[in-house]
Amino acid sequence: METSSPVEISAEDAAAIAEALASLVRERLEDEAWDWFARTRDMLRTSKEDRTLYIALGLAPRRLGKEDLLSSSPSSREIALIEKAAACRAGWSPRHWSVDQAARVVFLLTRYHGEEGEFFALMERLFRTADVGELICFYQALPLYPGQALYLQRAREGARTNMRPVFEAVAHRNPYPRERFDEEAWNQMVLKALFIESRLDPILGLDERANPELARMLLDYAHERWAAGRPVSPELWRCVGPFARDEALEDLGRVLDSDDPLERMAASLALAASPDPRARRLLEESGSEFARAALAGQLSWSGLAARMAS
Amino acid sequence: MYLDPHTHMISRTTDDYERMAKAGVVAVIEPAFWVGQPRTHVGTYIDYLAWICGFERFRAGQFGIRHYCAVGLNSKEANHEELAEGVMEILPRFALKEGVVAIGEIGYDEQTALEEKYFRLQIELAKELHLPIMIHTPHRDKKKGTRRTMDVLEEHGFDPSWVVIDHNNEETVAEVLERGYFAAFSIYPHTKMGSRRMAEIVKRYGPERIIVDSACDWGISDPLAVPKTAELMRRMGIPEDHIRKVTYANALEVYGKSGQIREEDWLNPPPIDQRLLYMGNTILRGGQEPRIEEPRALEDSLEIR
Repeated sequence: METSSPVEISAEDAAAIAEALASLVRERLEDEAWDWFARTRDMLRTSKEDRTLYIALGLAPRRLGKEDLLSSSPSSREIALIEKAAACRAGWSPRHWSVDQAARVVFLLTRYHGEEGEFFALMERLFRTADVGELICFYQALPLYPGQALYLQRAREGARTNMRPVFEAVAHRNPYPRERFDEEAWNQMVLKALFIESRLDPILGLDERANPELARMLLDYAHERWAAGRPVSPELWRCVGPFARDEALEDLGRVLDSDDPLERMAASLALAASPDPRARRLLEESGSEFARAALAGQLSWSGLAARMAS
Repeated sequence: MYLDPHTHMISRTTDDYERMAKAGVVAVIEPAFWVGQPRTHVGTYIDYLAWICGFERFRAGQFGIRHYCAVGLNSKEANHEELAEGVMEILPRFALKEGVVAIGEIGYDEQTALEEKYFRLQIELAKELHLPIMIHTPHRDKKKGTRRTMDVLEEHGFDPSWVVIDHNNEETVAEVLERGYFAAFSIYPHTKMGSRRMAEIVKRYGPERIIVDSACDWGISDPLAVPKTAELMRRMGIPEDHIRKVTYANALEVYGKSGQIREEDWLNPPPIDQRLLYMGNTILRGGQEPRIEEPRALEDSLEIR
C-alpha cells in the first residue's frame, strides 16, 4: 500500500515541477506559441502585479490551444518527460492534463516568490474569479502548491461542487485529499462522487482510506437507492467489502445474485475482501464464474472500472 | 443549427435548455445584465460574472449547448456610482475568460451622465482587449438613444463592424445598417420585436448584418424564439441561406472576431472539452444539421407578438 504521509512542496520542488511541465509544453507547441509562452514566463519571474498574471492565465488557452499534453500515440521521449515530471511529486502525474492547463500551472508556480502565505492569498483571489476551465486547472494542481496545509478548506470547497469536472479535478488522480483530508472530509468526498455519478476508481488512496464509518454511510446510501428503485453503482461495494459483516453480508449476497454482471463482479470482489468467514462461504456456495475468479484472486476493482467504462 | 446570441440562461430552467437543444440551438451567448434585483455591492457582481463564466457554462454543456458570455457593466447599474467603480476595476479580470466573446450588454438606459461615462470607459476596454461590443439600446426614447450610442462609438473610433446594436425595431434598423453596424432584434413578446415583423424586416432589408435573438430572461420571454422565427420565415418564403445568416452565421461572424467562438466548438470540440465540459449535442452527428425533434411544439406558436 502506498504511503499517505503529507508531502510538502519546497521552492525547489515548485521550480522543478514548473521546469518539467514547461518542457512538456515545449513538445506540443509551434515556435510562435512557444515564444509567447517563454516571454510571458520571463515576465512573471519578476512581476508582482496581479494584472500580468490574470492576463497570462486568460490568454493561455487562446495562444496555446487546449490539446492533450500527451499526444494520442506518445513517443518514448514524451513518456520519459511525463515520468520526469511525475517524479517531482509523489502520487502525482500530468498525464491527463492539457497544454493550456500545464502552461497555466507553470505561470502560477513561476509567480511563487518564496512566500507561502502571499501565494495562497493570490490563489484564493484567482479561485474566486475563476471560470470553469480555470477551476479545473487550479484544483487539479492543488498538490503542487507550496504551503500545502493552507489549501485544506479550498480543497474541501472543490469537493462540494456539483460541477462534475471540477469535483473530479479534486477527487481524481489527485494525491491531495488522500494526504490531507480527515475522515469526515474523505467520507463526504467518496459519497459525493457516487452522488454525482462520478467514478471511484480514479480516487487515489481509496482502499487505504476505507473505514467503517464510510462503509456504514455507503450501506445506508445503497438502501436509500434501493428503496427508491434506483440502481446502486457497483463501485460502492469496494469501500464496504473490508468491513462487511452481518447485514452487509446479506446485502452482498443479494447483489451476488444480480442480473447485472457488473454487480455480480463487484459483490464477488467485496466478499473476497471481507474479514468475515461467512463471506468466503457465500462465494464458495455461489459457484458463479465471478465468485470463483474472486476466490482465486483473479479479479480487481480497476478491472471492474474498466468494464464499467467500456 | 441555430445560434441564439442573446440569452440570460441564469434566469432559465433546465426545461428550457432541453427544448432549445431539441429545437436545434447549438450555442448561446449570455451577456451580463441587470438581474432584476439591484446589486448593492461589487461582491455580488463578481459572483455573478463568475457564475455566468462558470456554473452556467457547465450547465449548458450538460444539455449539449455551448455557452459563451459577454461581460460588462449594464447601463441601469451604471447609475450606482460606487458599484460601477468597483465593477470597472474587476471587469478586466473577466474579459479574458474562456468563451467571453464581447463586452456587453452596454449602452444607455435613461441616457444619464453616469451611463455615458461608463459606456465610454467600456468602449476603451473593448478596444484595448480587441473584443467586439454588444449594445443594449434603451427601451424609452429608443431612436435618439440608438443614434447617440452610435455617435459615441464613432467618437472613440470604434469599428462598427465589431459592434452589434441590439433590440432594434422598424424605426432604428435603417440607420444602424447604413452606418455599418450589425443590427440585432430581440424576439420578445409584447415589448421588443415580433416574429412576423422580424420576417418582414428580413424580406425588406435582406440578411446582411441582421441578427435574430431571444433575449430570454426572467420576464415573459421565449427561449425558442430563434428556431420559431426561423420556421416562420421558412413558411413565408424567405430563402434558406438568408435564414441561416440571420439565425446563425452573422452572429458567428461578428462574435467570432473575439477568437472565442468557432463552429468547431460544437462540431468538433477539443478532446479535453469533450471529456469535461461538453456532453455533446445528441442531435448533432458528424457535423450534420440537427434534426428538429419537436416540430409540433414549435407549430403551436410560431408567431410571437
